[in-house]
Amino acid sequence: MSDPTEISEPVVSAAVDAALAAIAAANDSAALKTVRAEHTGEASPLARLNALMRSVPGDQKAAAGKLLGQARGAVAQAFAAREAAITEAEATAQLAAETVDVTAAACTWRPGARHPLTLLQERVADVFVGMGWEVAEGPELESEWFNFDALNFDEDHPARAMQDTFFIDPPDAHLVLRTHTSPVQLRALLSRELPVYVVAPGRVFRTDELDSTHTPVFHQIEGIAVDKGLTMAHLRGTLDHFVKAMFGPEAKVRLRPNYFPFTEPSAELDLWHPTFKDGARWIEWGGCGMVNANVLRSAGIDPEVYSGFAFGVGVERALMFRNDVKDMHDMVEGDVRFSQQYGMTV
Amino acid sequence: MRVPLSWLGEFVDLAPGTTPEDVHAALVSVGLEEEEIHRFELTGPIVVGQVLEFVGEEQTNGKTINWCQVRVAADGELAADGGPAVHGIVCGAHNFVVGDKVVVTLPGAVLPGPFPIAPRKTYGHVSDGMIASARELGLGDEHDGILVLGSLGLDPVIGTDAISLLGLDDTAVEINVTPDRGYAFSIRGVAREYAHATGAAFRDPALALTADASTVAFPVTVDDRNPIRGRVGASVFVTRAVRGVDPTRPSPAWLIARLKLAGIRSISLIVDVTNYVMIELGQPIHGYDLDKLAGGITVRRAEPGETLVTLDDMTRALNGEDLLITDESGPIGLAGVMGGQSTEIGFETTNVLIEAANFDPVSIARTARRHKLPSEASRRFERGVDPSVAVVAAARVVQLLVELAGGEADGLGSLHDATPEAQPIALPIGFISGLIGLEYTPGEVRSSLAEIGASLEETETGLNVTAPSWRPDLTDKWTLAEEVARIVGYDRIPSVLPVAPPGRGLTHAQALRRQVAHTLAATGHTEVLAYPFVSEQSNNLFGLPAGPTVPQIKVANPLDGEAPFLRTSILPGLLHIAHRNRSRGLVDLAVFELGLVFRPVAGIRYGSAVVPPGAVRPSAQLEAELNAGIPPQPLSVAVVLTGSVVRPQPGQPAVAANWQHALAAVRQVALGAGVEITVRQGSHQAMHPGRTAELFVTTDAGATSVGYAGELLPSIARGADLPAVVAVAEIDLTAVFAQAGAELRATPIATMPAATQDLSLVLDAGVPAGDVLRTLLEGCGPLLDHAELVDDYRGTGVLPGRKSLTFALRFRAADRTLTAAEASDAKLAGVAVAAARFGATLRE
Repeated sequence: MSDPTEISEPVVSAAVDAALAAIAAANDSAALKTVRAEHTGEASPLARLNALMRSVPGDQKAAAGKLLGQARGAVAQAFAAREAAITEAEATAQLAAETVDVTAAACTWRPGARHPLTLLQERVADVFVGMGWEVAEGPELESEWFNFDALNFDEDHPARAMQDTFFIDPPDAHLVLRTHTSPVQLRALLSRELPVYVVAPGRVFRTDELDSTHTPVFHQIEGIAVDKGLTMAHLRGTLDHFVKAMFGPEAKVRLRPNYFPFTEPSAELDLWHPTFKDGARWIEWGGCGMVNANVLRSAGIDPEVYSGFAFGVGVERALMFRNDVKDMHDMVEGDVRFSQQYGMTV
Repeated sequence: MRVPLSWLGEFVDLAPGTTPEDVHAALVSVGLEEEEIHRFELTGPIVVGQVLEFVGEEQTNGKTINWCQVRVAADGELAADGGPAVHGIVCGAHNFVVGDKVVVTLPGAVLPGPFPIAPRKTYGHVSDGMIASARELGLGDEHDGILVLGSLGLDPVIGTDAISLLGLDDTAVEINVTPDRGYAFSIRGVAREYAHATGAAFRDPALALTADASTVAFPVTVDDRNPIRGRVGASVFVTRAVRGVDPTRPSPAWLIARLKLAGIRSISLIVDVTNYVMIELGQPIHGYDLDKLAGGITVRRAEPGETLVTLDDMTRALNGEDLLITDESGPIGLAGVMGGQSTEIGFETTNVLIEAANFDPVSIARTARRHKLPSEASRRFERGVDPSVAVVAAARVVQLLVELAGGEADGLGSLHDATPEAQPIALPIGFISGLIGLEYTPGEVRSSLAEIGASLEETETGLNVTAPSWRPDLTDKWTLAEEVARIVGYDRIPSVLPVAPPGRGLTHAQALRRQVAHTLAATGHTEVLAYPFVSEQSNNLFGLPAGPTVPQIKVANPLDGEAPFLRTSILPGLLHIAHRNRSRGLVDLAVFELGLVFRPVAGIRYGSAVVPPGAVRPSAQLEAELNAGIPPQPLSVAVVLTGSVVRPQPGQPAVAANWQHALAAVRQVALGAGVEITVRQGSHQAMHPGRTAELFVTTDAGATSVGYAGELLPSIARGADLPAVVAVAEIDLTAVFAQAGAELRATPIATMPAATQDLSLVLDAGVPAGDVLRTLLEGCGPLLDHAELVDDYRGTGVLPGRKSLTFALRFRAADRTLTAAEASDAKLAGVAVAAARFGATLRE
């Protein structure tokens, strides 16, 4: 285009039309940038027409100025509108281009997991802690006195042979791997002020070969309460609360006469649940009873003044009926798939 | 204890239609736990047949079989299977003659196995049924030939249902008898319990017979010079003689069937009778061949060097605690455990001396254990036999031998009874209600105790209760409380929730233990639980950083002889588990375990020589000694990683597990425990010499080593069937937790702008970066807000043997905006200290 020589309506219109056409034709920000240089920049026809204003006679300045001003305004407005549209379109295209397959996200950490047996012990402990009880502990390698004698197992009583004990070499040192968590009862009674309300979760050991329902290393949770005036009704009340807190409001407890050296009277603890393994039925879960007077005496407690109740349940067994675990091997072999199906909760 | 229902029904009313399951349920409610149900697993038609004729046919395999014609129904009638009255049957046995009556299983019958009977083509004939042996019927172990009914003294009508004839339609319920209920090791005891459970009428068989006053005394002396725990070995010793027993008489079928259901094999009529009476009344019986006895019987302890050949043909070296039955020839039996061979009842025995004694439970238990001879008799004596039933049982044996074996009761006998008189138990009014938490009426208490056989006497304060002779377990008012509670019913006990005093929640260590486990699991580690049994070699390798052996604890009776020691480290168990997972195709692993390890200290003799008695609180000193005798068992956590910690994924290359991931796990443990764990280059015999970190916590005594992290020695990894790179860490949590719980003094958060600068230092490649970082933190002064290592460069531009470490430093003042010059000055101050300490220079 040759240099314009005057500001006239046709010339300005032509420049505006050319600019608007170019703006409309620009499809992306790069093209728009070129358009800006060509039609609004220093060298654009409108800029050059503007430069002619100096030579416009005074009486025509107002009209020429108005003409040019309107022209430049129309171009600027069109440009801004086009720029906004292109920016938005480009941003949208950019986001579309950034689309990922969310189902194929790379995981830069592995899934870890807790073992359900430890989680279950923690849950039980939490139920009792919520009732004001405390959690007591003791060694796994125990003195025979704590494991047997103090718990009213006479050295010649058949119940002692029934326990299938792992003895420690040499046998005359009288050390055993605890056969139950009950020695913790004694430790709690010896070391704490009365009244005592504690639970003791932990590992125990018996010389059973590993098969689908037995393992030589397993877990129990023991509870003991010794106070003035405790009765077997309190035992039942505690167990009722416990099973409902653990397994839901439909769970029920039944007590059946049984024998344990460390309780008298003694009972088998059966649990009823509508949906556990094999449907609604009574499941044998553990033992309980009133703390045997001789156990209290072993801890220096007068059974004529204090009474207590105790109970013990199997953790593996609970996992079997609650979560339908069919084979003990799965719990003890350490196959990571077993823990991982539980994740961080049981 | 297995209880045939036909037998039970003799002593207690079983309502018509009572099933074995009903009996189980009733017995469970009074405390006898249910076990299995035992039946002769067979169904008819099984009938009595008579062999009419048979032809021996030699086979190509050298055997001769008999093609028999057997009449199984009267002439002109159909057999029980709908077939002809005479069946052709192939029989391989030869112990019969024409005319013998036998048991024929007809087509449609099912024998134990299950073994269904159908017409079968065999040896060129169609065998239309089978002639059964005692073993095939489940009645015994004998398989010498078929069961000839005449040998049982039976001559039934042809076609008679053999199932009911032989008592094969009976069923036994098995129950678990707890150690306090010795009396329930008898039909008598179980019948009584069934009566308690159901209210059905009980007829005590012990009242059906009384002792004959012996006319001729058989000399019996109890001479126990070594009573165990002060108890004389035999309190009752009854003998009775029976003469003229016909040794050829067979045991009747009903007796064999009942014994079989009770779990006892038929031997001979005399032995079967003694076993029968034992099951019925709970009194173990021993029979002697009277003609083989030399003089009278003395019950005494064994003397040094004495031996005895027992019934099982074993020569037993006797112990001074063994209680013996002796005659003038010497020992003739291990009292209550097993008889001797010299006076054994044989198939030619005609004159029998019966012994029904009451032996001390402890003595019997020890002898049975010592000689590894648990028996039906020792099991009963260990749990306590009713001392008053011996006389009755002896009379019952006499009765049966007379009735079944053609014997004649002899006047010869003896009755030694030194049973102490039962002492009454004082039961205060209200005691039972107070213990159980249920208001029992005085009538309920009295009737319950009377029902179990106790005798009662009213006193001013309650009752004097004398336990029945068969309940030695009833020793105090608590045991009486259980009886009343169970007879009235445990289901009557109400539910009352006791209110515990306010508790303090988990201890800090208990909470930390959970938190450490959660932290590890949340960062990709999977919790597993290994058995704590390992080999000595594993303990030596992992138990201590160096040294050929570590003190360790050995299990005296391990299940696995290869792993009899208790772990001093969790790692061997985890390596084993890692291997198992890999063998199942799970090759990318990060596993951990929290658990106790067993760390005895060298030179200490653990345990206690003497176990204090129960029911007495040990003195403070004794209690301390017991506790000191228990080896330390600290809580440990260990981690094993192998394979990839990150598996290859789109846009994500695999990341292989190595020592850094072991240290990452250590950092998680430290975070979970809230205790700083510092790391130094270390060494451990099981670990890679260049990739081992020793871990420390700061205690009052300075830095204390709490474990190791890094990579296993590749040779050890391969030895465990694992890849060459296995990252491991183990930390003594007991030691770490001991430093936990100090309350933090919070640092105010400075909000002024920070000045960040990078710093590259060139120094000897052997200088640990951690030491340099610590030096900068110290040298740069308080303006240094944060510093971290961002690069370790070796190569072009850095001399061999040296490295360039780049740190990102962030400076900040609490009260003003720092100038670049202030930050640079602080940085150079740090550089100066690093230069002085390590010869570090600024990298150009």
